[in-house]
Amino acid sequence: MTTWTKSAATAIVAVLALLGCGHKEEANAPGSQGGAQINAPGGNVIRIGHVAPLSGGDAHLGKDNENGARLAADEINAAGGVKLGDKTYRVEILGEDDKADPKEGTLAAQKLLDEGVVAVVGHLNSGSSIPASKIYNDAGVAQISPSTTAAKYTEQGFKTAFRVVANDIQQGTAMANYAINDFKAKSVAIIDDRTAYGQGLVDVVERVLKEHGVSVVAREYTDNKASDFNAILTKIRAKRPDVIIYGGMDDTAGPMAKQIRQLGVKAPLLAGDGTCSPEFIKLAGDGADILTCSRAGEAVEKLPKGAQFMAKYKAKFGSEVQIYAPYSYDAVYVIVDAIRRAGSVDRAAVAAAVATTDYDGLTGHISFDAKGDIKNGAISLFHVQGGQLNYLSTTR
Amino acid sequence: MGSLDTFLQQVFNGLVLGSLYALIALGYTMVYGIVNLINFAHGDVLMVGALTALSAVTLTHALAPAIPGWGLMVIGMLAAIPVCILLSLLIERVAYRPLRNAPRLAPLITAIGVSILLQTLAMIIWGRNHLTFPQLLSADPIAIGPATVTITKLLVIVLSAVIMLGLLLLVQRTRLGRAMRATAENSRIAALMGVNPNAVIAATFAIGAGLAAVAGVMYAAVYSVAHFYMGFIPGLKAFTAAVLGGIGNIPGAMLGGILLGLIEALGAGYIDQLTDGVFGSNYQDVFAFIVLCAVLILRPSGLLGERVADRA
Repeated sequence: MTTWTKSAATAIVAVLALLGCGHKEEANAPGSQGGAQINAPGGNVIRIGHVAPLSGGDAHLGKDNENGARLAADEINAAGGVKLGDKTYRVEILGEDDKADPKEGTLAAQKLLDEGVVAVVGHLNSGSSIPASKIYNDAGVAQISPSTTAAKYTEQGFKTAFRVVANDIQQGTAMANYAINDFKAKSVAIIDDRTAYGQGLVDVVERVLKEHGVSVVAREYTDNKASDFNAILTKIRAKRPDVIIYGGMDDTAGPMAKQIRQLGVKAPLLAGDGTCSPEFIKLAGDGADILTCSRAGEAVEKLPKGAQFMAKYKAKFGSEVQIYAPYSYDAVYVIVDAIRRAGSVDRAAVAAAVATTDYDGLTGHISFDAKGDIKNGAISLFHVQGGQLNYLSTTR
Repeated sequence: MGSLDTFLQQVFNGLVLGSLYALIALGYTMVYGIVNLINFAHGDVLMVGALTALSAVTLTHALAPAIPGWGLMVIGMLAAIPVCILLSLLIERVAYRPLRNAPRLAPLITAIGVSILLQTLAMIIWGRNHLTFPQLLSADPIAIGPATVTITKLLVIVLSAVIMLGLLLLVQRTRLGRAMRATAENSRIAALMGVNPNAVIAATFAIGAGLAAVAGVMYAAVYSVAHFYMGFIPGLKAFTAAVLGGIGNIPGAMLGGILLGLIEALGAGYIDQLTDGVFGSNYQDVFAFIVLCAVLILRPSGLLGERVADRA
């Protein structure tokens, strides 16, 4: 081997190493800023963790949630921060990337605890929130998810797991009712992406549909990284269902909608909150119009301060709100409200105060039941038409 | 009749998927045939091709909105092919050639490293989000007999067939093809006969990269999505296809690719009927790999055998 090639090989290794680090630091930039003060939640900073996928197919949704949380923190700091006794604290959001992966989710949770967060907003995906909730519970740290809808999340008996959105029992029931009452469905085909969220949601839909005598003519599976659905859709086409129901996220639902149209299938697509985003419309192209989807909260457009929030968001981040930014925004306010009421930044005191939340936020009135679910949660339904998500109705 | 419609549709789905697998598998198999290297960065070359085409198409469309969809498609391919070829030549020169006589694990690990490097670079350049690949050709369903097809999918099958035919002619009928076969059989003897192995190996990488570029653009066009890790799954499947057909064997890669596509489509479509409802489409990939295992147990060197050169 010549010296030239040797040094070239060394250079490649070096570049690789540098890039590896560079990427990591980029993803964790807010975390690494305060690296010097590990385990120091005191000082004059209140650290709130935020976990969501910032890379991969759900990255746009993760960024959306994190933006919501940062917007809230910036507002709180601009208004003078949090005063406890004679001290004034600044709120800092530490953003972690869990790649929508349950394993990465638990690592992110542990990392945030090591960095001394007082409470956590997240995670985005149910599959990541559920395993991480045990870690937060063991540490006595409140976890408020702005988007985890899987019923199991709050059914584990943890006193630290909360959510500011409705759960999939409500969402699945609302979807099933829509299929029965509005689509007049007699037979449906069901597809899920084999994640905790997708599977859990369509299981509820399936149960309710069967109770009402609707027949499930096909139960198919894909995964959350797939892009080809032609085989299962062809199979579904032969069964001629009235409605196709999908449990999964927008990055798979978009191409799926397109392929449904390309195969000449006429049935509409009914899906949950993970698909109810502007991103879906972009990915589905001219197949987008077949979608009716739900969100596990009130429609932002219908909220009293919704338009103002969306304008502020757009001005700050230069992009549209995807799905749950208003909810991560409220989750930060709920945590800060709990800190103010507890009068301390002690994790256990804050977690106890979150449980007794009684707060009027952007997304409506927020208080939690004994399990940690939001009381009186709303499900709103949307239909895609002409490249827009049009609001249909809200159920509670 | 209904069930026949579905069967033919599944065969068509499988052919589209299989043609893409075959194009990618050729890149794996040609490189393996000549330098015994599993080039794990091959899938990521495909990804770079798709994203380059996306950028070229977006830019051209912004500058000259009058160009029709098929024109943009051609421009996308013409942009992707040279970029992928240059990238692949660079990778070969910088990362693989210095290790050509090293133990076989060293270039393998390097290939994985290059794959991660390419994904990271792509993430820096094109971002982390899924990008929408514009619909350049009509996506309206067309009924051809019992199957429903689209122009893009037909293009995938036709273009792949033409390219593969061209490749076979190149390998069997041209000077370069003869040099490639000679180098694959024994590169030292070939060198003694006046073949420049470095040039032949570089040409092999370049051809493989060109095929990957075409496959990448078509993959993105069919599924309308492109993102920085889109090369991983098709790369893995194509590698499987290459092994199925007999790695190192060019017709083997084509056969393996088409077969894997058909197995996946028909497997997902019929597995529950075959197993009486015990397994559903969630076992789609398992089904494909069971077939692979069965083939490898019965024919350890793949369907058509490992090296075409040894058998020719």
